Amino acid sequence: MKIRIKFAKYGVMKFIGHLDVMRFFQKAIRRADIDIRFSEGFSPHPVMSFAAPLGVGMESLGEYLDIEVNSMTSAEEMKDALNREMADGFSILSVRVLPDGSQNAMASVAAARYQIFYSDRQENGPCRFPIDRIEEKLAAFYARERIPMIKKTKKGERELDLKPGIFELQIQEIPHPFMEEEKKCQAVSMLVDASSSGNIKPTMVLEAFCQDCGTCLTPYSYQVIRIDTMMRLSKEGENPRFVPLDFTSDCR
Amino acid sequence: MRKLALPDEIFMQVEKPARYIGNEINAVMKDKNSVDVRFCMCFPDIYEIGMSHLGIQILYSMFNSWEDVWCERVYSPWIDLDKILREKQIPLFALESQEPVRNMDFLGITLQYEMCYTNILQILDLSQIPLFAADRGENEPIVIGGGPCSYNPEPIAEFFDLFYIGEGETQYRALMDLYKANRKAGGNRMEFLKMAATLPGIYVPGFYEEEYRPDGTIKGRKKVYENAPDTILKEIVMDVSDTYYPLKPVVPFIQITQDRAVLELQRGCIRGCRFCQAGQLYRPVRERDVEVLKKYAMEMLQNTGYDEISLSSLSSSDYSGLNDLLEFLIQECKKKHINISLPSLRIDAFSLDIMSKVQDVKKSSLTFAPEAGSQRLRDVINKGLTKEDILNGAALAFEGGWTRVKLYFMLGLPTETEEDILGIGELSNEIAAVFFDTVPKEKRINGKVQIVTSTSFFIPKPFTPFQWARMCTKEEFIEKAYQTKKGIMAQLNQKSIKYNWHEADVSVLEGVLARGDRKLAKVLLKAYEMGCLFDSWSECFHNDVWMKAFEDCGIEPDFYTTRERREDEIFPWDFLDCGVTKEFLLREWKKARTQTVSPNCRQQCQGCGANRFGGGVCVENKKGTER
Repeated sequence: MKIRIKFAKYGVMKFIGHLDVMRFFQKAIRRADIDIRFSEGFSPHPVMSFAAPLGVGMESLGEYLDIEVNSMTSAEEMKDALNREMADGFSILSVRVLPDGSQNAMASVAAARYQIFYSDRQENGPCRFPIDRIEEKLAAFYARERIPMIKKTKKGERELDLKPGIFELQIQEIPHPFMEEEKKCQAVSMLVDASSSGNIKPTMVLEAFCQDCGTCLTPYSYQVIRIDTMMRLSKEGENPRFVPLDFTSDCR
Repeated sequence: MRKLALPDEIFMQVEKPARYIGNEINAVMKDKNSVDVRFCMCFPDIYEIGMSHLGIQILYSMFNSWEDVWCERVYSPWIDLDKILREKQIPLFALESQEPVRNMDFLGITLQYEMCYTNILQILDLSQIPLFAADRGENEPIVIGGGPCSYNPEPIAEFFDLFYIGEGETQYRALMDLYKANRKAGGNRMEFLKMAATLPGIYVPGFYEEEYRPDGTIKGRKKVYENAPDTILKEIVMDVSDTYYPLKPVVPFIQITQDRAVLELQRGCIRGCRFCQAGQLYRPVRERDVEVLKKYAMEMLQNTGYDEISLSSLSSSDYSGLNDLLEFLIQECKKKHINISLPSLRIDAFSLDIMSKVQDVKKSSLTFAPEAGSQRLRDVINKGLTKEDILNGAALAFEGGWTRVKLYFMLGLPTETEEDILGIGELSNEIAAVFFDTVPKEKRINGKVQIVTSTSFFIPKPFTPFQWARMCTKEEFIEKAYQTKKGIMAQLNQKSIKYNWHEADVSVLEGVLARGDRKLAKVLLKAYEMGCLFDSWSECFHNDVWMKAFEDCGIEPDFYTTRERREDEIFPWDFLDCGVTKEFLLREWKKARTQTVSPNCRQQCQGCGANRFGGGVCVENKKGTER
């Protein structure tokens, strides 16, 4: 039986890298007594796969991992059992049984939604970006036909057009998802390609925009939060329509 | 939400920020206002090394089982964060509360190896605690040392307020109560230290002074506080089945050196190898009840989620319940896909059978530790392993499908001759020959055998029969390694043998510190001030800087190493009593030089003195004769 687990990673846990998150979940699953399936062979390992690795320093409300189990009571009980084994900074948001033949999480990933908050000093919390008329400028930036970006790779530099991979881009006034106070903060919000072939880093979009405005944000002055990881519902050629990876067909 | 001691910006700039954030599974958080004593436990090396240490996990869970104490952890910040903390003058913080270490009541530092001594100064310095105990004020933490190197604490004595000699389970409760009572009565730091000095196992170095003869050796010790004891006997837990055990060890996020649950089978060792310090310090052997161990194993795995468990002890093959325990573990762990990591077992039919059940024969290697190349020298060091044992073990192993063998030797042992050194190559060669004799050509996987021969340099340690011995110079060591290499190259099967050797200069320095006295404190300080840190990490070790520090302080390192001690010499550690008498050690030193082997504790009591503790193997033997 295939299970999809959605979790949040925030607070101090943003400093834990992807491999360590995998190891953390392997242990949590054991502690929670989940009857996970093991692979065959001389050194069997638990069958689990993550949707999309999250960079160190980033928080997220929409991380996914798939596991296979031999048996289970209910999704709700599994969610509670796992939540009891989480460290402060991880929480299980949903547990869903996948229909037979579902594509695995990693292969399903098509896009991700991000919000980027700015703060001049960490202890002051989020504030407005130091860019005048930012809404206007961002709209003009996004209205371009091409958004070229120089990407540094191992083989040298390569020019890349970000535009086709940016599905939404706007300024929002919203509460910070991990701050206790309800105060609305300014955020650059975007939905971008996160598929294995066309993955776009949210910081690349922000940097291209800042360059466009003639501004340079100091390193570590902005925090990127992944709001959700999405799969594509529409077919090739149609207008793209994305839903979170834990979307179930009953809602369709 | 959890607040960290440093801004994100700093964490994002250092390697592995998870070393510093705490928040691990089973880490203990308490309300600082609801406890009376705050204790910070330190392993003065990086997180991955420190977190692998069982002793700290034991003490951490013991302290935190007491409602009135909150025990936290701190490890050496790696050089990247070290630099930032210094530049920004940010005080070193404990992982749990993220509060400065200097806010604690106690800072306990475990002393596992001599090469961490400069890191002790780093911890104190970054914590903004005065380095010398004598300079500490009423609001500074009491700095405690413990662990194997506290059996000769003299080179670092001036940096510590007190040392706890022996196993921590017995006197820490009394020490905490004393601290609370003293504070309640309005007593000061000095009053606390005076009371602490009267507790069993507690050594307050500030109450003693060393007096030297013109030749630099010790004339005697003078007490500056009359109620301080003349000698301090180590503390020891006699019932190891009924004491603290970390059933909920802290589980790190990042991969650490020993990333698995650890089951301590027993303490002590019956063998009495003459170079081995642990074999003397932890006498007598005390075994844990096998049923208790089975229960611990299952609970620990449940509480941590580890997929591997490792058995720990100085000599697991001597644990009487090993067969029973392994049968149980193999059965239970198979169901749960948990690996069993076996410690250095004596290679025989039994252990090979077990190993083939728990590990991939093709991938794993076998380890022998003959320690010396000839039977003569093995008799000198009282290493009971014979050539027949090794060759028979190897033959069995090769039949079982193993093709990789690791061999460990020491160079520079007392009485060593060229013949002994050449013996290393010969033995390595004979093992390779056994492979070609036992495994027919068509059955040879990859067609060959791989022998990895490693040598380390012998370092005489306090409380061993070799504490009187001369240690080689760096040049002698290098020459010996060269001879070993030459000896291996001359062998018929030399292509199957790979030779590794240890750095010589760091061994010499370890030898200086191991048998050093209080005069070395200034050298340590000097070396630290000149930038020495993480000396056990070869990329950080700078021998030239150390040598300059010795020179600047007018201290001759050879005095501590290349000098064979007279039988009546007073050692810097003579005021400590680890249970084993100096007479016994001297007897063993003499027997060593006549190549006389001593039987192990189970075969025949050698009268080492540890029977005064009235338990463990000493009692077990008596029962045997009564029957």
